[in-house]
Amino acid sequence: MKRTTVKARRKPATKVLEPKRAKHSFYGHGLPGVDPDSLLGKLIVVEGADGSGRSSQIARLVQCLEGRGHATIQVGLKRSTLVREELERAQEGNILSHTTMSLFYATDFADQLENVIVPALRAGFMVLADRYIYTLMARDLVRGADERWLKNLYGMALVPDAVFYLKVSPELLVQRNFAKNHALDYWESGMDLGLSRDMFDSFLKYQEMMIAQFERLRRVYDFDIVDGSRSMEEINADLQRNIEAVLLGE
Amino acid sequence: MTKTFAQLGFPGRLIAVEGLDGSGKSTQIYLLKRWLELQGLKVFFSEWNSSQLVKSATSKGKKQALLTPTTFSLIHATDFADRYERQLVPLVRAGYVVLCDRYVFTAFARDTVRGCPPEWVRKLYGFAAHPDLTFFFKAHLEISLQRILVGRPELKFFEAGMDLKLSTDPEESFRIFQGRLLEQYLAMSTEFNFHMVDANQSIEVQQSLVREVVASRIHLGSYVDTGLTTQL
Repeated sequence: MKRTTVKARRKPATKVLEPKRAKHSFYGHGLPGVDPDSLLGKLIVVEGADGSGRSSQIARLVQCLEGRGHATIQVGLKRSTLVREELERAQEGNILSHTTMSLFYATDFADQLENVIVPALRAGFMVLADRYIYTLMARDLVRGADERWLKNLYGMALVPDAVFYLKVSPELLVQRNFAKNHALDYWESGMDLGLSRDMFDSFLKYQEMMIAQFERLRRVYDFDIVDGSRSMEEINADLQRNIEAVLLGE
Repeated sequence: MTKTFAQLGFPGRLIAVEGLDGSGKSTQIYLLKRWLELQGLKVFFSEWNSSQLVKSATSKGKKQALLTPTTFSLIHATDFADRYERQLVPLVRAGYVVLCDRYVFTAFARDTVRGCPPEWVRKLYGFAAHPDLTFFFKAHLEISLQRILVGRPELKFFEAGMDLKLSTDPEESFRIFQGRLLEQYLAMSTEFNFHMVDANQSIEVQQSLVREVVASRIHLGSYVDTGLTTQL
């Protein structure tokens, strides 16, 4: 027993598992000029509210995947070269109405989809998305957007190889947000909706509505709901197990 | 079927002009605007691609050639939505005659030529009511091309449709691009009830026709002061 351990330490594993190729597809019309069959890598999405542990989980997944020899790249909302600054300005001033905001976010998403996600997948990367179209759709649905309109809009999106939604109760999210920032975010509290003048109440109500939308979306878009109230290690072990299965093509 | 503003029961009316670059549509809508204003009507004019916030992103995207057919389409839809929600709808509800230099049909034509699925584009703009009256200015392709090409030393990248890689020569690319746009416009003229105007005629002849049609289709007396009615 002891000898194997020593041996293993001297000769670390060199064999890197080549992920099994899976067929990719779009939710709807897709992107002009992009053949989903040319996409070799895997798209892994982690969804959840601020304070659900999304970013920490992604950081760990990156470490684990790279350690095992896979190239990774990260994307997220509001990170596009094209409209990031303008989107931030619009949010600060709260000056755009719903359809406009929704389309602005969709532009930001499309820019990253075409200029980062698709090229990376073509090159065989593991793309880790810190939020994807589901957050955008849930936010719009809470604000009264037409579901068919959203479905058409995001028909351009690629179906991910795995989607994990870290579900955390609004009460726990409040605690985690306070522990981190000692403040609640205006948008994550849904203050634009006028649910309550009290930010604390508004946050709880808004997050409850978001959870309800995610559960509804899950029935259409089929993703894994992960209990985000557990320890970081427990959750990560869960995610790793699932990603392993994706890599093996199971 | 998308409704017009009148069909939505809004008191104001929206008139749009469409046509290729160089068809003279901007001149015509300007003259229409002057005519309505001088009658003391509540008039508002809005141009395609003019919302302030979105403009900065659009020009950045164009300058750096960052745009793909999908983002090109989405950023213009964002611009339109901003003007639609913050200006067009409130003004029509307040009983204004709103004049638009280009409307959703410009996107239907351009985005489709760029390769976006036509159905996707149409549904993208599904939130927008249709104009109560749309004029389409149809000039001979060669005349439109000359108007644009003369007195403009250089065609802009997206304007010439260079992103479509139709030709390495901007002028040649522009010609092919405009030809395809015209095909798209003509294909939707019946569906969207375009009022066709022969743009090879003199400015004055066209303007008489435009004024005549507007006067017969829209009860202009309703748009003076605050006397709001919903009858067309």
